[in-house]
Amino acid sequence: MARPAAQVHFILVAVSFVCLMYAFIYNDFSVKYVASVSNSMLPIQYRIAAIWGGHEGSLLLWALLLAVWTMAVARYSRNLPLDMVSRVIGVMGLISVGFLMFMLFTSNPFDRLLPAALDGRDLNPLLQDPGLIIHPPLLYIGYVGFSVAFAFAIAALLGGRMDATWARWSRPWTTIAWSFLTAGIALGSWWAYYELGWGGWWFWDPVENASFLPWLVGTALVHSLAVTEKRGSFKNWTVLLAIFTFSLSLLGTFLVRSGVLTSVHAFATDPERGVFILGFLVVVIGGSLALFAWRAPKVGVGGRFGLVSRETFLLMNNVMLVVAAGAVLLGTLYPLLLDSLDMGKISVGPPYFDAVFLPLMVPMIFLMGLGPIARWKQADLPDMASRMKWAAAVSLVMALILPFVMGEWFALTSLGFALAFWITSSIVVSMSERLRKTAGNSGGAGLLARIAALPNAYLGMNVAHIGVAVFIMGVTMVNTYEVEKDMRMEVGDTVTMSGYTFRFDGVTEVEGPNYKASRGQILVTVDDKTETVLFPEKRVYFVQTMPMTEAGIDSGLFRICMCRWANRWATVPGVCVFITNPLWAGFGVAPS
Amino acid sequence: MVRYLVPLIVFLGVAGFLLKGLELNPREVPSPFIDKPAPNFSLPKLHEPEAQFASKDMLGKVWLLNVWASWCVACRSEHPLLVQLSRANIVPVYGLNYKDEPDDARNWLRELGDAYVSSLIDYEGKVGIDYGVYGVPETFVIDKQGIIRHKVIGPVTPSALDNCVLPLVRKLQQATAQTVVKRTEVEGCA
Repeated sequence: MARPAAQVHFILVAVSFVCLMYAFIYNDFSVKYVASVSNSMLPIQYRIAAIWGGHEGSLLLWALLLAVWTMAVARYSRNLPLDMVSRVIGVMGLISVGFLMFMLFTSNPFDRLLPAALDGRDLNPLLQDPGLIIHPPLLYIGYVGFSVAFAFAIAALLGGRMDATWARWSRPWTTIAWSFLTAGIALGSWWAYYELGWGGWWFWDPVENASFLPWLVGTALVHSLAVTEKRGSFKNWTVLLAIFTFSLSLLGTFLVRSGVLTSVHAFATDPERGVFILGFLVVVIGGSLALFAWRAPKVGVGGRFGLVSRETFLLMNNVMLVVAAGAVLLGTLYPLLLDSLDMGKISVGPPYFDAVFLPLMVPMIFLMGLGPIARWKQADLPDMASRMKWAAAVSLVMALILPFVMGEWFALTSLGFALAFWITSSIVVSMSERLRKTAGNSGGAGLLARIAALPNAYLGMNVAHIGVAVFIMGVTMVNTYEVEKDMRMEVGDTVTMSGYTFRFDGVTEVEGPNYKASRGQILVTVDDKTETVLFPEKRVYFVQTMPMTEAGIDSGLFRICMCRWANRWATVPGVCVFITNPLWAGFGVAPS
Repeated sequence: MVRYLVPLIVFLGVAGFLLKGLELNPREVPSPFIDKPAPNFSLPKLHEPEAQFASKDMLGKVWLLNVWASWCVACRSEHPLLVQLSRANIVPVYGLNYKDEPDDARNWLRELGDAYVSSLIDYEGKVGIDYGVYGVPETFVIDKQGIIRHKVIGPVTPSALDNCVLPLVRKLQQATAQTVVKRTEVEGCA
């Protein structure tokens, strides 16, 4: 019954989503939600994206994605025992019920507005950006995807079968969800970076943290699942992580939708909705933790492992990620805790997060180089040291030299480079060792073919780890070598930064589909050769007459040129930013 | 067994705080001036710049100090209500004309009606700084002992006036020197 039920559920939710989409596309302003976030002049792609531009539609998208995940589980679980599948689908169904009730009782996207509005109030101009089209869906796919790992964990607890098999089943789902979440966060970060006034690529805003918390714990889960699958250890711990990852996704929803914290993302808040989600949270999380307390003591410990072994490295990875998540959670909720204890109002900002986060991440990234080359069960430290000596030497040399090449030496910059090269070179060591092993029996196949023959999970891991290296590199470069100049430019003025010359060529008036804009033109040259032309705009949207600025950006592999209006009221473009390295957040898929 | 209950107990604790948090308003920043003596000042009056107004002269009376400026758009929307209030003769309203050109200010009052017993010129905004003004308009309720009892941030709305400011003013007017009336005693001010 579970499988057909999941399919029917998906079809019904999809129908309601399509109905809402129809209302948006055909501008049916008798639907209150459409009238409040859309407008007939809004271009079609934003009319569709506006579905999740507000609270009610976001929820429907959430419910739809949950239905998609549930149906995917129903479809791709043919070789799983039937009782397991029905438990998993049952748990996901219960979560669905909760969200659908939330939607029906507190935030129905189909509430009518009679008589119908003549036109809509329009989508918040801040959100009229390609970022809106992809960032929320990706993020939600990730958030909701963790419900699969959660459902598998609960099903394993219910069935009392806590062996390696459930880890094997839930691992691919978790990895896919994790990849989507990573992509979603990375995109959001890029969006926040070029949007003026959102505090840069990462600002430790409560809502940013709300997406980062499940990511941290989810990353720990991805690693701990590997141990449970391969070695049968960490069983209780993995289950607990699966519960926490999804719980933090739900908590994120609560924080965003209830308005208990102030945030740039709090577009619509309502305490009544908060009470409902909180109740739901208590039932889901409290229930599953109670189940955990009841069932976990009966689970035996898994395989034993030595003090130096891959298990130990992964355990340390888990401890540090969870501690980091705890620190971020504490910082996010601290103002709320103090306020509810009547101990005053405070706000916790980036200095706290930077101070607690960096010291935790540095040793973790160091271990990231060692973990993959350590053996399961028992590893040999001197042996590892000798295998890694070249990697260590390369990263030290690069860390010392590269900052001088770039211009100026800073301790933190050097540390960043050291870590990035440490990860990269350790991957090179690990890959070349593996390839040497296969070289003998593959009969002279090409290098690429031999790389492709490596297990997917291993390749995925390396892609993800290289992503971390690139990310560290990007952060280091942006923090140290970003050149920003605030200046007022008259037509014909030029300014030169790091060899790039920006010339302001004047402003033209252009008309967009639902706005009027003053578009500045800035020619960027290097050694008198045209590099690119930037078009920063200042837009005034017809409906919500708030002036908005759009940065002119050209990003290459190793540099970003950006120009934006100094502020919303300025008549000529002002601020120019030139960065030598784009901030990359890599991510990898490790289908196992 | 007990250690397996730890996650549950921790979570329930967090949930308790979150429930409490729902009742709080994180955007409300309490003024540190409430229940503190109003800073003393002496400023020229808008309509007779030679004459000085000293806040000490108001001791023994309950009064409102409304911070306004002709450049302030929100003041325009609140002003008709203040005019009505002053006609009702319930409580004297004084204006603190904040960082404004006196000529513009006088024109503005001529156009919209003068709600104030007297407006005081705070040309450089120094008194505003003493009072912790961070947005215009703001309205202070000051009691007979010269203590700030309440502060309305942003335009005074009819409901804020009916539910908080006026009931508080009435209680403060009835209070004797020995009784202390705080804004927490008026339901609408919470």
